[in-house]
Amino acid sequence: MSEQHHIISYGKLISVWLGLLFLTALTVWVSRLDIGVGHVWGSLAIASVKAGLVITFFMHMRYEGRLLRWLLFFALAVLAIFIGFTFFDVLYR
Amino acid sequence: MSQPQHKDYAGAKLGMWLFLFTELFLFGGLFLLYATYLARYPQDFARAGKGMHIVFGTINTVILITSSLTAAMAVTAIQRNDRRRVLYLLGGTILCAAIFLFNKYLEWSSEIGRGIYPNSPRLAAGPPGESVFFSLYYLTVGLHGLHVLVGATLLSVVAWRVKKGIIHAGDYVLLENGSLYWHLVDIIWIFIFPLYYLLL
Repeated sequence: MSEQHHIISYGKLISVWLGLLFLTALTVWVSRLDIGVGHVWGSLAIASVKAGLVITFFMHMRYEGRLLRWLLFFALAVLAIFIGFTFFDVLYR
Repeated sequence: MSQPQHKDYAGAKLGMWLFLFTELFLFGGLFLLYATYLARYPQDFARAGKGMHIVFGTINTVILITSSLTAAMAVTAIQRNDRRRVLYLLGGTILCAAIFLFNKYLEWSSEIGRGIYPNSPRLAAGPPGESVFFSLYYLTVGLHGLHVLVGATLLSVVAWRVKKGIIHAGDYVLLENGSLYWHLVDIIWIFIFPLYYLLL
């Protein structure tokens, strides 16, 4: 094969896994706190960081070219527009 | 005259990512439904969320994250041409998938035993928001479970081909794409877990 493929070491993958386990514990802990609507934003923020770790390292996005990165950005932007525009309607009825 | 076999590594991976984006929109639509109904019935959702088994949810989260780790390590192993280790790691992922689905079976059995299932007399008599919460829960988690089943089947086929030597250090895009699919299943669960088990 002509392309060069980046090999991610086992050590790095295991560190990412430990990070994901820590964030899972954190999100369970946060959910026990009495902070009202902060739960929603806190949980979603932690989940987004976890998804980011999976995409960046487990799915090799960090080592991909510009095409895949932009496509991912575009897909997430479209999803954000779907959700955001729906809420412009739902919240201000 | 034999034709040289055409391999397009970047194209195969691009195709997989495009498919993953459609999956993202499929589950994104379900999350959007959850969010709009949460805005309409916050109290009912809070009451329904209290009835969820948080221990099952947490254990299954740890299991899926671990299965993603072994899937990612399998890609590293094939790149290093360590086929034996690839088989062990993929076996670990498939085992995690089986444990995940078994936990799901126990969890759903317990919930159905308590009269919580779509259109059950208990939910039909209760407030509308609770009924919506559990309908969405069964739909989203059921569809996710189906993806776990498909992913495990796909990775079993991949493992078989690694064993046969069809997938090797010089040609492993099928393993990489199978692993990408598995990580997507993991990411979906990473969002299901707080939304249904922890939020309220």
